[in-house]
Amino acid sequence: MLLKIEKRSEYSRAMVYVTPLLALVLTMLSSIVLFHILGVDPVDALVNFFVAPLNSAYGRSELFVKATPLILCAIGLSVGFRANVWNIGAEGQLTIGAITGSALFIYFPDTDSIFLLPAMIILGAVGGAAWAAIPAYFKTRFNANEILTSLMLVYVALLLLSLLIHGPWRDPAGYNFPESQTFSDSATMPILVSGTRLHFGTLLALLAVLGTWIMMARTLIGFQIKVIGAAPTAGGYAGFSQKKIVWFSLLFGGAMSGIAGISEVSGPIGQLLPSISPGYGFTAIIVAFLGRLHPVGIFFAGLLMALTYLGGETAQINLGLPVAVTGVFQGMILFYLLACDVLVHYRFRLNTARKAAL
Amino acid sequence: MMLKQLSAVIGTAAIVGSLLIGGAAAADEKAKVGFIYVGPVGDFGYTHRHDVGRQDMQKALNDKVETGFVESVKEGPDAERVIRKMASEGYKLIFTTSFGFMNPTLKVAKQFPDVKFEHATGYKRADNVATYSARFYEGRYVVGKIAGKMTKTNVIGYVGSFPIPEVVRGINAATLAARSVNPDVVVKVAWVNSWYDPGREGDAAKALIDQGADVILQHTDSAAPMQVAESRGVWAVGQASDMAKFAPNWQLTAIIDDWGGYYIERTNAMLDGTWKSEDTWGGFKSGMVKLAPYNKKLPEEVVKLAEDTRKGIEDGSIQPFAGPFNKQDGSVGAAEGTALDDGTLLGMNWYVEGIEGNLPK
Amino acid sequence: MSGFDWIVPVILTIITAATPLVFASLGELVTEKSGVLNLGVEGMMLIGAVSGFMTATVSGSYILAIIVAAVAGGIMAFLFGILTLSLMANQVATGLALTLFGVGLSALMGQAFVGQPVPPLPQLDIAGLSDLPYIGPILFAQDALVYLSFVMVALVSWFLYKSKSGLILRAVGDSHDAAHSIGYSVIGIRYLAVIFGGAMSGIGGAYLSLAYTPMWAENMTAGRGWIALALIVFATWKPGLVLVGAYMFGGITILQLHAQAAGLNVPSQILSMLPYLATVIVLVLISKDQSRIRKHAPACIGKIFHPAA
Repeated sequence: MLLKIEKRSEYSRAMVYVTPLLALVLTMLSSIVLFHILGVDPVDALVNFFVAPLNSAYGRSELFVKATPLILCAIGLSVGFRANVWNIGAEGQLTIGAITGSALFIYFPDTDSIFLLPAMIILGAVGGAAWAAIPAYFKTRFNANEILTSLMLVYVALLLLSLLIHGPWRDPAGYNFPESQTFSDSATMPILVSGTRLHFGTLLALLAVLGTWIMMARTLIGFQIKVIGAAPTAGGYAGFSQKKIVWFSLLFGGAMSGIAGISEVSGPIGQLLPSISPGYGFTAIIVAFLGRLHPVGIFFAGLLMALTYLGGETAQINLGLPVAVTGVFQGMILFYLLACDVLVHYRFRLNTARKAAL
Repeated sequence: MMLKQLSAVIGTAAIVGSLLIGGAAAADEKAKVGFIYVGPVGDFGYTHRHDVGRQDMQKALNDKVETGFVESVKEGPDAERVIRKMASEGYKLIFTTSFGFMNPTLKVAKQFPDVKFEHATGYKRADNVATYSARFYEGRYVVGKIAGKMTKTNVIGYVGSFPIPEVVRGINAATLAARSVNPDVVVKVAWVNSWYDPGREGDAAKALIDQGADVILQHTDSAAPMQVAESRGVWAVGQASDMAKFAPNWQLTAIIDDWGGYYIERTNAMLDGTWKSEDTWGGFKSGMVKLAPYNKKLPEEVVKLAEDTRKGIEDGSIQPFAGPFNKQDGSVGAAEGTALDDGTLLGMNWYVEGIEGNLPK
Repeated sequence: MSGFDWIVPVILTIITAATPLVFASLGELVTEKSGVLNLGVEGMMLIGAVSGFMTATVSGSYILAIIVAAVAGGIMAFLFGILTLSLMANQVATGLALTLFGVGLSALMGQAFVGQPVPPLPQLDIAGLSDLPYIGPILFAQDALVYLSFVMVALVSWFLYKSKSGLILRAVGDSHDAAHSIGYSVIGIRYLAVIFGGAMSGIGGAYLSLAYTPMWAENMTAGRGWIALALIVFATWKPGLVLVGAYMFGGITILQLHAQAAGLNVPSQILSMLPYLATVIVLVLISKDQSRIRKHAPACIGKIFHPAA
C-alpha cells in the first residue's frame, strides 16, 4: 500500500468537526451516481431527503419526535459501550418499558390524577431496567455473553407484548382487534407546542443528554466507566468493581430504553399496539457510535438519523422512490460517517518507509 | 383479469377522449390520491394487491388523478406523520390500508377537514373518514366447500397469521362450509405469529401435512405454503393473488383481493363531489373478492357446487354464517333460521365446532 | 399415520429449516474466530438470496446461482472489511449499517423478480439408496447444498483445528498483537475470514430463495441472520456444535408448529418464545464453565487492530 495509516498521539480536534462534513460531501457525490442510476434528478432527491422535511415548523417538530426514542436509547447504550458492556437488546427493554408503564393505565383506566403519568414513566424505567437486569445477572453470575442474551430477550419481549395485546389487554370495546384502549388525557404525555406532536418525552431525552454528560464528565461512576472501558486491568488495580459497572451500565441502559418505550406509547402513539417501535433499539446502536458515544454527539446523530427517515418518506411521496432506496441511502451515509471517523484518531501518510526499503 | 382489461379500455377511452377535447382536461391540475401501505409493495401479498388496485385506478382515471404512496409504514408513531404529510402535500383522498392506521387516520382527519380519508378494515368513522373492507370469508366459505369435497383424509390444514377476528372469521367460514358437505372433516390450525415469513409459513404447511392434512388453506401473505403443497402433492388455495404459478398442479383456486373497482368508484365520487363517509364491506357482489380459475382436475360436480355457492352468496340466498351451528364449546353459534350479524362477525373470537385446538387468547 | 412414519417428514422439514442457518453460522464463526464480529449477516444473506435467485431465473443454472450468491455475499463482507479493518470503524455499528444497506439494496435489486417462482433446487437421487426405508429419504435424497453444508462443517473443523493456516487464524483472533509480532498479516488474514463469512452467508441466503422457499420476496430472511449469530455463541464457537445447534433450533421451531397443529393448548406466542429462551438457558449453562468458554471464544473479538509499529 502506498498509504499508511498512522495513529495520532492525540486525537485531532479539528477532525472531530471536519469528518462529518467530509462524510456529507462524499455522500452527496455518491448519491449523484445512485440517483442518476435510479433515474431521479440528484439535486431534487437530496433536497427531498435533507431540506424538504425541515421546511415547516411542523416538520422540524417531527424531527425531534422521531429522534426522541433514538436519543434516549442511544444515550443509555453509550454508557455501557464505553465500559465495554455490549447491550444490544435496547429494543426489548423499550418494549418491556412500554408494557410496564402502560400496565398502570390498563388496570386503572379511570384514574384521573396528575401522578398517573409520572408513575407510568417511573414504572417504564423500572421495567426496562428489570429486563436489562436479566443479562446483567447472567453476565455477572455465569459470565454469559450479554450481546447474545440481551438480543434473545428482544424476541421474547416482542412476543410478550403480542401475547398481552392479542389477549387480556385488548380494548374491551374494540371488537377484539389487537390494540389497547386509547390512553386518557392524564395518561398521555403533555404536548409542548400546540399543533405539533412535540411531547414531554423529548424534554426527557434532552435531560438524559445533559444528565449523562455531567455524569460521565464529573462523577466517580462516570470516571470508573471510562477507566474500566479503556483499561480493565487498570480499573481492577484501582479497586473498581467490574461487576458493579456491568450492573450499572445495563440497568442504566434498560431504564433509558424503558423511558423511550413508555414515552412512545403515551406520546405519539397513545395506546399499546402489537408493534410500537420500528427497530429504534437497534438503530440506536448506530446512533450511539455515530455520536462517538458522547452525549452531545448522540444528540446530533439522533437528529441526523431521524432526518434520513423523514427524508425517505418525503422522497417516497414526492418522487415515488421506493422505501428500499432509503435503506441504501442510510447505509451509504453511515458507511461514510463511520469510515471518515478514522481521521479523528489516525492520519494517512505516504508510505515512505517501504520506498526506502526498496 | 377482467378488470384489468376493462380498466385498460377505460384508460384508452379516456386518452382518446382527452385528445378529442383538445387536452384541456390534461392541462388542469390533477387531483392527488395517496395510499399508505403497511408492507412493501414487493410482498406479493396484501400490500401488493392494494398497490395493484392503485395502479388500476391510476390507469382508469389517468387524466384526472395522480397517485402516490408510501410503503412499509410501521403501525406506530410513524403512521400519523406520514398520513399528515400526505394531507399537507395537497392529497385530496388518502387510503390508509392497514388496521393499525385507524387512530392515526382519525387524528389527522380532524386537522384536515377538507381532505377525504378511507381506512381499510377498521370500525371508527368521521365526517371525512370512511371505512372499507372485504368479506374474504365469503371466498373462504366457497373454498371450504371445495376442500370438504376434495379431502380424503378428512383433515384440512390452516396456516394462520394472528388470532384476530378477521382471521378467525375465515377459519370458521371454511370449517362450516367443509363440514356442511363432509361432516367428518376436522380443521387443524398452525399460527405462525407473522403476516409474512416465507420460511415459517412453509414449515407450518409441512407440519399440517405431516399431521394428515391434504388440503392447505392459508391466511398469511407469502406463496410458501403453496409451494409446499405442490411439492408434497396436496391441495392448496392461493391467498390474495392467483398463485397458480407457485402450485400449477395443486392450486384448487385462489381468493383474490381486488381493490381496483372500489378505488376507482371512490376516487370518482371524490372528483364529482358525491363522496360521503360510509362503511363498505364488499364481497363477491361488489367484486372486491374474486376467485381464481378452478383447477382443471376438479370434478365437474365440485365446480358446480362451488359456483352455486358463490352465486348463492352473491344473490344473498346463501349466508355463510347461517344457523344452525355450534361453537367449539358446544354452545349455540347461531340458531336455526338465524344468521350472525355484521357486528358479531366483526368481533368474532371463538371457534366453531370442528376445529381442533383452542383459540389462542 | 402409524408407528414412526411421521418421523421421516419431520426430520426432512428440520433439515431444510436448519441448512441456511448452518451456512451462515459457519461462515460467521470463521469470521469471529479471526477476531472480527460482523453483525451484518442478515444483510449479506438477503443479498445472497436475491442475487442467487436472479441468476437462477435468468441463466437457469443453479451452480452459477450459488457461485454468484457467494460472490455477492463476499462483496458485501469486503465492504465491511474496508470499513472495519482498513479504516478501523466500530464493528458493531458497521455490521448493523451493513444490514440496513443489505435490506434496502436487495429489495431494490429484486423489484422485477417479485412473484415469480423458480423450480426448487433438485434433490439428488442416489439410485437404490434413496428408496431405503426411513434412512433413504433422509440420508440419500437431499439437495446438493445440504450435503455441502455437512462437508463445510467438516472442512471448517479440520481447517481450524488441524491445519496450520487455521492455527494462524485462531492466533490472530486470540492475540492480534502477538500474531503481528511473529510476522503474520493480521489485517490480510482477517480480510479473508470476513470475506469467507460473507460468501457463506450468501450461500445460506441462496438456500432460502432457491430451496427452502424457491421465490424472492423482500426481507425473506425474516430474522434468520440474527439467529445464525446466536447459534455461534450457543455452540461455543465449535463448528460441530453449530450444526447441532442449527438442527436443535430448527427442531424446536418445527415441533412447536406440530404441537399447535395437534391442538396443544398453549398460546402460540409462548411456544414461539421457546427457541430464544432455550438459547439463553444453554448459553448460561455453557458459560458457567469458564474454562470451556475461554478455550473457544476468540479473545480479540470485536477489537480493532492497528499495528503499533
